[in-house]
Amino acid sequence: MSDRLPKSPDNAKSPNNDGGANQRISADDVAKVANLSRLTLDADELDLFTHQLADILDHARDIEALDLEGVEPMARPLPLVNVFRADEPGEPLDRAEVLAAAPSVENNQFRVPPSLGER
Amino acid sequence: MTSNPGAHLTAIDIAASVRSGERTAGDVLEEHLERIASSDAEIHAFNHVMVDEARHCAQAVDTAVKAGEDPGPLAGVPVALKDNMCTRAVPTTCSSRILQGWKPPYDATVVQRLGMAGAVVIGKTNMDEFAMGSSTENSAFGPTRNPWDTSCVPGGSSGGSAAAVAAGFVPISLGSDTGGSIRQPAALCGVVGVKPTYGAVSRFGLIAFASSLDQIGPFANTVADAALVLEAIAGHDPADSTSIREPFAELFPHLDDGVSGTRIGLITEMMGEGIDADVAARTREAADALEAAGATVQEVSIPAVNYGLSAYYLVAPAEASSNLARYDGVRYGNRVEGNTTDEMMFATRTEGFGDEVKRRIMLGAYALSAGYYDAFYGKALKVRTLIRADFQVAYEKFDVLLSPTSPSTAFPLGDKTADPMAMYLNDVCTIPTNLAGHPAISVPFGTGDDGLSIGVQVLAPPQGEQQMFTAAAVLESAAPGGAR
Repeated sequence: MSDRLPKSPDNAKSPNNDGGANQRISADDVAKVANLSRLTLDADELDLFTHQLADILDHARDIEALDLEGVEPMARPLPLVNVFRADEPGEPLDRAEVLAAAPSVENNQFRVPPSLGER
Repeated sequence: MTSNPGAHLTAIDIAASVRSGERTAGDVLEEHLERIASSDAEIHAFNHVMVDEARHCAQAVDTAVKAGEDPGPLAGVPVALKDNMCTRAVPTTCSSRILQGWKPPYDATVVQRLGMAGAVVIGKTNMDEFAMGSSTENSAFGPTRNPWDTSCVPGGSSGGSAAAVAAGFVPISLGSDTGGSIRQPAALCGVVGVKPTYGAVSRFGLIAFASSLDQIGPFANTVADAALVLEAIAGHDPADSTSIREPFAELFPHLDDGVSGTRIGLITEMMGEGIDADVAARTREAADALEAAGATVQEVSIPAVNYGLSAYYLVAPAEASSNLARYDGVRYGNRVEGNTTDEMMFATRTEGFGDEVKRRIMLGAYALSAGYYDAFYGKALKVRTLIRADFQVAYEKFDVLLSPTSPSTAFPLGDKTADPMAMYLNDVCTIPTNLAGHPAISVPFGTGDDGLSIGVQVLAPPQGEQQMFTAAAVLESAAPGGAR
């Protein structure tokens, strides 16, 4: 596999691969992923995180120069196999104990604020 | 702290004396609780000490011994757990505000197995929030300090578990290792730390960070103690679908086998740039010691490990962004109220998570998002394949591999907190093992120019723990000045 690697990681920073990935992450990108992640950032945080994420992603650019044609992705160390077990009832978690750990409970169920429309 | 008051008390000695009735588990426990009470204010290894539960447990062990029963191989041995392992009705926080005060409704499999082996769980240790970090400074409850030099970090993310063993608070502890979080703090605290083969130890009840990388393993003062704990917690668990079905290796019968004829490869990529000269020097001396004990040692190149850090900091955040989506203020953990469910979730997560966790969640969400998935996450997964393949080639010629564990000795608190990338570089030697799913162990081997501990890492192929422990035992006996 070594022949797939460039001579040195220093030569690996390629300016013209993979469309969007060669542009530095922008404040707008960070604001978008913050929203997807349900995180609120103030202006200072947005600026700081944008710079930090850009630095991390810059470091990761060394993999862009690798010849990965035909290489299978490895999502996990072990082969994926179906795991079956006998269909026998086991001991469930104690309902009262589970609900005692919830932030808000009503009628033995988790309670949340309204999810649709105005309160 | 200039000496380790507990280093001479091995888990093996404690268990033998409790099983024979020479000492009680209760007395052993009280000695350790006293040490924690007198010194942990300075170290902050623990988030929570389980005084009542531990006394109850020790009493049960002593009752069993009196009744002529064998409580098990860890009889009366006090154990500390990283605070990301679920303990029923005992606070489990991941050192995060979002889980502060949460009491899980069940025990992790490792907690059950420690109990069955007669161990006494004594408390939950501090960590980088959700195991994200290399210094234990990312804890919401304040940093842990290195027992050898309290102005320095203990490493991380399992810094509390490493410091607890180094300070003599417990003879053994458990940590979790996603990119080096057991081995790096073990190296910086001068103790033994093991990252087993992926799937060797059940992850049921381990709070997930990056599920394809996370693995639980032990800290101990000696290689034999680490083997004792690992044998007790390893093995198939139907509750973890990634748990290996074959029986775990027998470690003890082979600890004294020696390395005569063993083929050992010194990893070239982990001996050059970025590795401090004193760390590289100790690693070469470790290689010489193994050669003197009868092994053949040669340098071996594993080119793809140069890309490990890049792949890791795409794969681990991607998995974390998905795993940490569950902290939404609905079913457990803390909630910050809002007018709508969405407002509540934003407020809960914004206040509940620290900066490093937020960074990794956003980085992961970005690496997985449309337009970037193939360029970042997809490529990182292919790099994983290359790393595993390069290791495979090396293991055709070598039985185990050798490298430094951490590029430097312990660094001062605050040294790297402003620069995430500088912090990440701590894990450059440990990360490839996690990406490949292989086992590795860090053994203390002398000190650096600053007098602080240096760890040397023995790496092995999947399920190669037996030869890995045999080589580690030889290194331990050859370490300069013995164990610190």
